[in-house]
Amino acid sequence: MKGKKLFSMSASLVLCTTLLFACSNNGGNSGNAGNSGDTGNTGNKGNAVNAGNAGGTDSGGTETPTEKKTITITYRDDGIGEQGVMYKWIMELSKNYPDKSVEIKPTPIQASEGDYFAKIALALKSKDTAPDIVTEDTFILNSDASAGYLEPLDDKVNAWEDWTNGSFIEAMKKGVTASDGKVYGVPYNTDSRGLWYNKNLFKQAGLPEDWQPKTWDDVLSAARTIKEKLPDVVPIWMNMGKATGEATSMQTYEMLLYGTGERLYEDASGKWITKSQGILDALTFVETVNKEKLGPPLSKVLNGQAGNTASREYLPQGKLAIQLDGSWITGNYLESGAAPWPEYKDVLGFAPMPTSKGQAPGSITLAGGWALSIPSNAQHKEEAWEFIKYALNKENTQKLVIAAGNITVRSDVAKDPGYTEMPFNGIATEYLQNAEFRPAQDKYPEVSTQIQTMVESVATGTSPEAAMNKYAQDVTRIVGEGNIVEK
Amino acid sequence: MSSLTAGSIHKKRKSWTWLYFLLPSIAIMLVFFIYPILLTVFYSFTNLALTGEAAKELKFVGIDNYTRMFEDPTVRVSIWNTLIFLIGSAVIGQQVLGFLIALLMKHKNRWFRRVIGTIVLAGWVTPEIVCALCLYSFFSDEGTLNAIITSLGFTEVTWLFTVPMLTVILANIWHGTAFSMLVFQAALDDVPSEIEEAAVVDGATKWQILTRITIPYIKETITTNMMLVTLQTLGVFGLIYAMTGGGPGTSTTTLPIFMYNQAFVNYQLGYGTAISLLLLFIGIILSLFYIRSMKE
Repeated sequence: MKGKKLFSMSASLVLCTTLLFACSNNGGNSGNAGNSGDTGNTGNKGNAVNAGNAGGTDSGGTETPTEKKTITITYRDDGIGEQGVMYKWIMELSKNYPDKSVEIKPTPIQASEGDYFAKIALALKSKDTAPDIVTEDTFILNSDASAGYLEPLDDKVNAWEDWTNGSFIEAMKKGVTASDGKVYGVPYNTDSRGLWYNKNLFKQAGLPEDWQPKTWDDVLSAARTIKEKLPDVVPIWMNMGKATGEATSMQTYEMLLYGTGERLYEDASGKWITKSQGILDALTFVETVNKEKLGPPLSKVLNGQAGNTASREYLPQGKLAIQLDGSWITGNYLESGAAPWPEYKDVLGFAPMPTSKGQAPGSITLAGGWALSIPSNAQHKEEAWEFIKYALNKENTQKLVIAAGNITVRSDVAKDPGYTEMPFNGIATEYLQNAEFRPAQDKYPEVSTQIQTMVESVATGTSPEAAMNKYAQDVTRIVGEGNIVEK
Repeated sequence: MSSLTAGSIHKKRKSWTWLYFLLPSIAIMLVFFIYPILLTVFYSFTNLALTGEAAKELKFVGIDNYTRMFEDPTVRVSIWNTLIFLIGSAVIGQQVLGFLIALLMKHKNRWFRRVIGTIVLAGWVTPEIVCALCLYSFFSDEGTLNAIITSLGFTEVTWLFTVPMLTVILANIWHGTAFSMLVFQAALDDVPSEIEEAAVVDGATKWQILTRITIPYIKETITTNMMLVTLQTLGVFGLIYAMTGGGPGTSTTTLPIFMYNQAFVNYQLGYGTAISLLLLFIGIILSLFYIRSMKE
């Protein structure tokens, strides 16, 4: 009896302390505008509001008809909340949007890149949780369209002047067209990939400041020089973990694989390539980087924040020499970005990623991009479409791509001096000449997770052969035995 | 005659009343327990997916998910990891440590018991995710442990990377030991002091008292506690997911993590449900084993 009393007392004591801690934490959070806890809440509130409205409309107009309609926009928040480019952009549009009967509300999902797509898929399944507009990465757009989550927009885009008069670069429309030939979104940015490098560090190590590697060996030997001359600096950073999701597949593996001349998927036969010399070469590059310790410590690169750690901390702080990543990382360094760094224009260089042995076309890049789509379960589809037309007109698209450091998909923005004067936009757009796209197949997202597993296993010590065999086995299971080919 | 009728009515009413009382709990069990399990069994035979064409059309795929599970080498790795995690953190860690703490606290003064009890309980009342974050920052590269080590002049160790399984096992021990401690404290308080005193008079050593009297006396509590802790540990997800995400590689991928990855990272809900049934099956086997050993 005594014991019981004692423990209920001590338990309540500890509980109280924990609660106190929790409260004081909250207090701390609200002070921090960009704190993760806050943004998570914003997302939840947004959804609740959305669901509430849905109920209101269903119950049949007993409310006053003049009540504002809320258009919710869901996008990925990587933890910086109200400091995020997307948030600021939406809030600005919302303020200036001419139709005052509509309220525009950001309802971000705070998640790692990999989790975002699962959360989106779950949200789109139900009328209660689907937003009115969702930002879709073009790699998963086809899958979500096949699942019936997205509204085909053909009628709408064909009646929109900007779409039909050539303002959108024709090639970029491919990214939002699913395998059924229908358009499921309006693209708002694209990107290219290459080797970012720190010219100051290159100079210190005696490497050329105007670096133009011609083969993978050039890249590796530059990394080795850095390691030798500047032992405290990480020579080369590539995303290599499962936690960085699509970034590992696209920025690292596919940049390497496509550089060997090999592809993921054979368009002519409609088959996935599960074994090839190209796969082995790409994995061997990853293996070499890790074996010779030319890469970042694995404890830093195998978590979901790896990309941000590299571009927001290591690169600006001069702790990293080369980063294989996307054209958008400079968005971080703008005054409005997550890690302002005014000197980036002079310190950074952006070299094209060479093909493995320098074979034609000499360099390689992959292009992706994001689009605004309307979910099939959205409550206000017409209003959402009107807003998309406004949000992705020339002026507003330009604001977004400049703030985010992305490449535009509109030819009129591409010619605008305000856009071309941004550092690196010229080069990044130039790289797009040789750009390759990911297979527009609805199995791609699943295959992509197998790629991430394969790359991480090589990074942690599995041999390229063993990793490829496992990949072949897993991909065969996903796409079916009739849809694979070994080379 | 009349008394007989009255009696049978009474009997009848009595035979129905138990049902009235049980109905709410049966209903709750059906809706929240039996129905989801049946649904899980059903989905494990389908190609249910989060996105892609399979998300639109649910197809029956027979035992595909199960054959796939037995062919998948990661499943074997996950089962192995689950067992290491279970034995390390539940059987050896929580059970033995919980028992030791309870034993050492027996017959000690009130303040000692109160202070130690509170400290151990702190790990238990801390929500799982908070606990995971605390221990993550303790073991992380720039964490407390490395700060202590480097200040003593040793080089840093990337704990979460070089010994990931050990860190999650220690985290789970820290989080869960209080439960075993409470159970054992209650049990030890029930061991009659007369028997122990008699043993002392007979000249038994402390070790003999422990192994010949105390442990046999609380044998049933040990088995029950073992079962509860095992089942709790089998389902641990948040702690491992937040600390290591199942990595690096697959070195801390236990079955719950593997299940999550298949269902929500690879979007294969059908396969995920099949793995969850494997987990349920392992839980049932272990429970049967414990229940059996309790009867002996």
